[in-house]
Amino acid sequence: MMKQYWGVLLVLLNIMCVAPVWAQNADESTGFESLIGELTTSSFKKKAKAVEAIAALDDERVLPVMEAMLAGDLYYQKSDEKIVFKADGESGYLITDVLTGTELGEVGKREVKKIATNNRLRKQLRTQIAGYKLLSKKPEIRLAAADDLIKTPSPEFLQVLQTAIDREKEPAVLKALKVARAVILLDSDNEVDRLQAVKDMDGFANKYTMAMLTQLVRQNEDGSYVEPSALVREEANSVLNGLQAMATWYKFVEDVFFGLSLGSVLLLAAVGLAITFGVMGVINMAHGEMIMLGAYTTYVIQLLMPNHIDASLLVAVPAAFVVSGLMGIIIERTVIRHLYGRPLETLLATFGISLILQQLVRSVFSPLNRSVITPDWMSGSLEVNGFLSLTYNRLYIIVFALMVLFGLMLLLKKSFFGLQMRAVTQNRTMASSMGIRTGWVDAMTFGLGSGIAGIAGVALSQLTNVGPNLGQSYIIDSFLVVVFGGVGNLWGTFVAAMSLGLANKFVEPVAGAVLAKILILVFIILFIQRRPRGLFALKGRFVEG
Amino acid sequence: MTSQSRLAWLMNDVAGKRLLAVILAVIIVLPMLNLLVPEDSFFHVSSYTIGLLGKYLCYALLALAVDLIWGYCGILSLGHGAFFALGGYAMGMYLMRQIGDRGVYGNPLLPDFMVFLNWPELPWYWYGFDNIYFAMLMVALAPALLAFVFGWLAFRSRVTGVYLSIITQAMTYALMLAFFRNDMGFGGNNGLTDFKDILGFSLQEDATKVALFVCSGVAVILGYLLCRYVVSSKLGRVLVSIRDAESRTRFIGYRVEHYKLFVFVLSAVLAGIAGALYVPQVGIINPGEFSPINSIEIIIWVAVGGRGFLYGAIIGAILVNYGKTFFTGAFPEIWLFMLGGLFVVSTLFLPQGVVGVVQQWKDKRAEQKALAKGNAGEAMS
Repeated sequence: MMKQYWGVLLVLLNIMCVAPVWAQNADESTGFESLIGELTTSSFKKKAKAVEAIAALDDERVLPVMEAMLAGDLYYQKSDEKIVFKADGESGYLITDVLTGTELGEVGKREVKKIATNNRLRKQLRTQIAGYKLLSKKPEIRLAAADDLIKTPSPEFLQVLQTAIDREKEPAVLKALKVARAVILLDSDNEVDRLQAVKDMDGFANKYTMAMLTQLVRQNEDGSYVEPSALVREEANSVLNGLQAMATWYKFVEDVFFGLSLGSVLLLAAVGLAITFGVMGVINMAHGEMIMLGAYTTYVIQLLMPNHIDASLLVAVPAAFVVSGLMGIIIERTVIRHLYGRPLETLLATFGISLILQQLVRSVFSPLNRSVITPDWMSGSLEVNGFLSLTYNRLYIIVFALMVLFGLMLLLKKSFFGLQMRAVTQNRTMASSMGIRTGWVDAMTFGLGSGIAGIAGVALSQLTNVGPNLGQSYIIDSFLVVVFGGVGNLWGTFVAAMSLGLANKFVEPVAGAVLAKILILVFIILFIQRRPRGLFALKGRFVEG
Repeated sequence: MTSQSRLAWLMNDVAGKRLLAVILAVIIVLPMLNLLVPEDSFFHVSSYTIGLLGKYLCYALLALAVDLIWGYCGILSLGHGAFFALGGYAMGMYLMRQIGDRGVYGNPLLPDFMVFLNWPELPWYWYGFDNIYFAMLMVALAPALLAFVFGWLAFRSRVTGVYLSIITQAMTYALMLAFFRNDMGFGGNNGLTDFKDILGFSLQEDATKVALFVCSGVAVILGYLLCRYVVSSKLGRVLVSIRDAESRTRFIGYRVEHYKLFVFVLSAVLAGIAGALYVPQVGIINPGEFSPINSIEIIIWVAVGGRGFLYGAIIGAILVNYGKTFFTGAFPEIWLFMLGGLFVVSTLFLPQGVVGVVQQWKDKRAEQKALAKGNAGEAMS
């Protein structure tokens, strides 16, 4: 399992090492250098011409220049008329060379002059930027540009859109472009245009177009319709119905996704317990604190490598495994090993350990919550379409939880250590007579369960506050998941965690968050009465042991 | 049958008799020292001490309830704080109604928090709580009902051991979440507080405090006698056999779940009474009492004192809580380390608690004495 993490780590390091490919075309002369020099002129007419010429160039530097110019961040140095990007520094401006992308440091405000724009030039820039993006070679840029235009419709883009539509080959982009055009045409005086516009909007998942259509079929206060033509209204209504059905469906998909991500959190928290409690039969009340230790390890790792936050999580995963795992082994060797076969006493002793660990963390790190930074690649969301966007952190949690689960399954079923472990848990005496060092296996198994709790802590540090009570809030849930799924069965744990996550998500809108939790708890309590050994009960003679 | 043998269950319990005598002495002497001795005298006992000891006595009763099921029937409930809190809430509701129109908002019917939340009228489940007899009935009935339903479901389907512990913990956790909600009508986060008087006596008066203290002491004594009677009876023997070999007891023909249910409900009622005595003495009840950690702390009192001894539970509750008061005052940082350490040490080295250690030591000495006597006898002959 570790190998997989290292693989991901390597890929990431590679990405980081490759410097931004900024000045790729620097040597090839596209005329960019000479054209951009013309921007320093004070004549707006000449500037407009220069912009037009620049926009026609095929050069990666074109877009940033135009965008900076529109935003008023394009300057030139008075001394040598070198064109630069400007950002606010502490007292003066931080400038970057447009041509080479090299940072030129901070300069006084009087040393540079802004390349001024007027209304007309800005309008031209906007159209040209939109056009430039719409005709870009990369489909994702074209798509993003079309999405932007849907949000900010303006008749000035009509021409560009039409050109883009004629050229477009990619069906998804074509649809978006057509919708972008439709949004503009919806205000047209021509009934045929409006009808076409409404038809173009059919089946395109976007909240803006839905709101527009809803607006269109509305009745004014005097009883007349916003849209005079009955034909267009009818079409709009049918399109709207289709869109609403789509929205409902995607809402459902989103709920399922949320439920699964919640389930994955539960799974991560519980899967270590499924080892220590499920396989070994040790009630480890300090399991939550192992999770907490993992979360604090993440925090410490981020303190140690503040310049590599992106990689910190990948370092934290093995580190947390080791920290929590070692702590688990220590606990097993010093306390739990004396209490095998006395589950209630184990419960109490490990509860005492959990109190000690909590207080330890409070004394070392302060009782306040510590903030763990979310790396860039974890923030943001994956926009599937206008109705459905999946946040990356939840997406990664799901993937991560599954990886942990399957890694663990592999370890248990396929490795020699897993074999020894199963042997010891099934028949300790027999395993011992076969030459298995049962004490060592016990310690390693407990360390494994605890280490996985530590890994869960890394994941949880991205979702909740990292504080001394982090573990406590998960311990009851984790136990319920393991008991619900059936002791000693990782699949059971998986199914239990996911179904509890989904149930929570779907009960929540009806009953409210707290009540949902209470209902789930009551449900599990009742469920255990019906099936005391969980969903997937083990069968065989060691059940009664 | 002579009266002697009918009271054998009490007469043979030497340690218990001693403890009861101590408690009796305390609840007679301390009130006098508090009320009659002038404040500047060396022998004066402050009202603070009385309040503190009253709290300990409530905890002792609670520990007794837990020892009854854990020490004698092997049911480790990690949710006994819930019964304690329910009893406390029942008493708190009575005390709330006693405030009448002296609250901040001056509403004669509605407690302050309901006025604050714009409740139009008293919810139905608050009816009757202005009557002390009804409230006292509910103090016993509410925990009993919960214990009955919960126990009936759990014991019937043979949920035992750690599974039972975990779902009792889930039960108190769910109740805590529920009572935190404002919609429940129990004051939400803040709980019930600002009590004015009980049965017409002001709770601020020293005499009322002393009376509550004496009541708590009497409750502990009566509770102890009841528990001792139960565990010494034939029923008690069945309970012990369930603890030691549940399946075997069932095979012999006893309805194990009925015995368990009985003792579970009895224990819940005792816990509820302890909660009801606790609330007027500390002046507040809030959902924090339901938190799982409180319930686990009760277990540690019993474990430290010595489970399965009854008087051990009382001693443990008072010892641990005295330690808690002392250490949270003197070294607040250390207390959780201490508590955690207590759990570990008491399970590893004191499986029978403080009382058990004393007992062992006594047995050893008696053995040595007998041995010495035997040796002496041999030498004589």
